[in-house]
Order: sequence, then C-alpha cells, then structure tokens
Amino acid sequence: MRAYGDAMDDKPERIVLTEEQQRSRRARSIAIALVLAALVILFYIVTLVKGPAVLVRPL
Amino acid sequence: MSLVNDTVEFGGEARARSAHPQPSIASVGDYVELMKPRVMSLVVFTALVGLMIAPGHVHPVIGFTALLCIAVGAGSAGVLNMWYDADIDAVMSRTAGRPIPRGRIAPGEAAGFGFTLAAFATVTMGLLVSWLAAALLAFTIFFYVAVYTIWLKRATPQNIVIGGAAGALPPVIGWAAATGGLALEPCLLFLIVFLWTPPHFWALSLLRADDYARAGVPMLPVVAGPRATRRQILIYSALLIPAGALPWLLGYAGVLYGATALVLGALMVGFAWHLRAAGEGARAEPAARRLFAFSILYLFVLFAVLLVEHGLGGLVSRVAAV
Repeated sequence: MRAYGDAMDDKPERIVLTEEQQRSRRARSIAIALVLAALVILFYIVTLVKGPAVLVRPL
Repeated sequence: MSLVNDTVEFGGEARARSAHPQPSIASVGDYVELMKPRVMSLVVFTALVGLMIAPGHVHPVIGFTALLCIAVGAGSAGVLNMWYDADIDAVMSRTAGRPIPRGRIAPGEAAGFGFTLAAFATVTMGLLVSWLAAALLAFTIFFYVAVYTIWLKRATPQNIVIGGAAGALPPVIGWAAATGGLALEPCLLFLIVFLWTPPHFWALSLLRADDYARAGVPMLPVVAGPRATRRQILIYSALLIPAGALPWLLGYAGVLYGATALVLGALMVGFAWHLRAAGEGARAEPAARRLFAFSILYLFVLFAVLLVEHGLGGLVSRVAAV
C-alpha cells in the first residue's frame, strides 16, 4: 500500500503538445466551430423559409 | 520537450505512457480528403439533376439543404469506406497515401467522424427537407458501407456491379427531396448510373489489377482475367445505349437529350470496342485510360444536357406564361 506522501510526490501525467499538434488542433477546433455556426444559420434560415410549416414533416 | 521525445528517452515509463493515444496531427484537409471530395462532386451533380428535373418548385434554400445533406452523406460513406478498408488501402499504391494508412488520422477517429457525419446528414435531411429523402440517404450510406465495403468488396467480383446501386441512388434522393415521393423518371436515372458504373470502374481496375491482386480484392480482372473484363465492359457499355435513351423514348426528355444519349452511348461502345481490340499489348493501358476518362465525360454531359433541357423548358414555359 502506498503512503499518502508517495502519491503526492507522483508527477501528474501530462501530454505536452508539439507545435504542429497545437496548430492542427486549433485548425480543427476552428473548423468545428464554423461548421456548427453554419448549421445554426441553416436551421434558422430554413425556419424562416418554411414558416409554421417547419413543424409539418410529411413523408 | 514534448512527450513524444520523453517516451523515447525513458524506458519503462515511456512504455507505460505510450499506452496513451498520441495527440492527433490531422489537419482539416486530411478530414476533407477522407470524404472523397471528387466522388462527392459527381454524387452532388447527379443529385442536383434529380432535384431540378422533378416537377414543381423547390425553394432554393431547401434545394441547397438537400444537396448539402447528400454531399455530407456521401462524404460519410467515403470516410467509413476508408476506415474499414485501411488495411487494403495500405498495400495498394493508388490508396497508400490516404490519411489513415499514412498515419495522419487514427482509425477510431475516422469511424467517429464518419458515423457523426452520417447521423447529421440523415437527421438534417429529415427535419428540414423530407423523411423519404432522409430514409433513402440513410439506405444509400448503409448500402455503400455495409453491403459494398464490408461484404461484397472482398467477397465477389460482382462487388462493384451490385455496390454500384449506392452510387446510382443520389438522383433518386434529389427527386424525393423535391417532391416528397418517387416516380419512374428518377428510376431511369438510377438505371443509367447503375449500368455506367461497371465499365467505368472496371476500366480503372484493369489499370490497377496488380494492386488489387496484392491486396486480395477479387476484382473482375483479378478473378476472371483482363479478357473477360474487357468483354463485360463492352456488354455493359452496349446496354448503356438503350438505357441512356430511355428518358427520351418514354417522353421525359427532349430530342436534344435523345440525340446526345445516342451519340455518347455509341462513343462509349466505340471506346469499349477499342479496348477489347487492344488485347494484352502496349495499346491496352492507354485504351483503358481513354475509356475511364470518357466514362466520366459521358455521365457529366448526359446529365448536364438533361439539366439544360429542363432549364430551357422552364424558361420557355415562363416566357410563354408572360
């Protein structure tokens, strides 16, 4: 059984990203944000276009 | 110093840490490449034709939404295809540079991306356009991934014949998105793309037969040989002539379309005949390349004429109404 002090001495495992990893993660995050924003705008515009009929979804 | 370097330097600890998944270096472009944008563009084009020739008026925003969903749905099928086929992609020269074999994207990440896109495309199509179109889109994705990629591709040389149904469905989805129903006319477009797929794909597989043999994929040139493949290409190309002309013969398209379909069909048979006559010699490869290139032109021009004819017809009727 490990003592409390031993546990305190353990360094938490951390992943340090390389510059390339940071760059690609940022680019992916921006792309996801843009896609989600576009989806919100699309749903908003379609709601305006369809009006109350947006709730009518026949096969 | 990064963890990547640390893991190299510290033995036991490094092994323990290497159990963690490495942070991704995939770019947005890698994810776009997973969606097979060139295949997507042809899918969107054929779907656009199905949407435009349908009777009635579709609001441009709804039409755009339908095409977007079809594009994303096709993209999801491409992603899931690359995820499942990563092992054979890695040993084929044509596909070894794809993001998963290159190690840019982990298989699990690709699977998650593909399933998410498929779910978003289908649900958005259902909520904003039509549930019939959504059901057809979901079926198309399922057919391409489960029936073609997972089952048929590694099981039978008829893989791309049956699997071609997935690529032939987009005009039907476009029609369903516009009308909320189905009719004979989009089924004729389905038939054209369905019969077009074998000569198009087999021309390519003749050029890549060694690749397919190395990967253990039973494409027709690998299983039955180039001679039988060239004969099959000629048969399917000949069937394309009447199939291509059907929309005109049944009165759904005009004379311009009919003449184009017959001329393009005759040229397609000509290229297929030339390929068959080329045999195994040095002329075989250029002949297969020419047929492959022409097959893309065939489908594009045929559907473009249908679109133009419909657009002109709509213009004429609007002018007449004024």
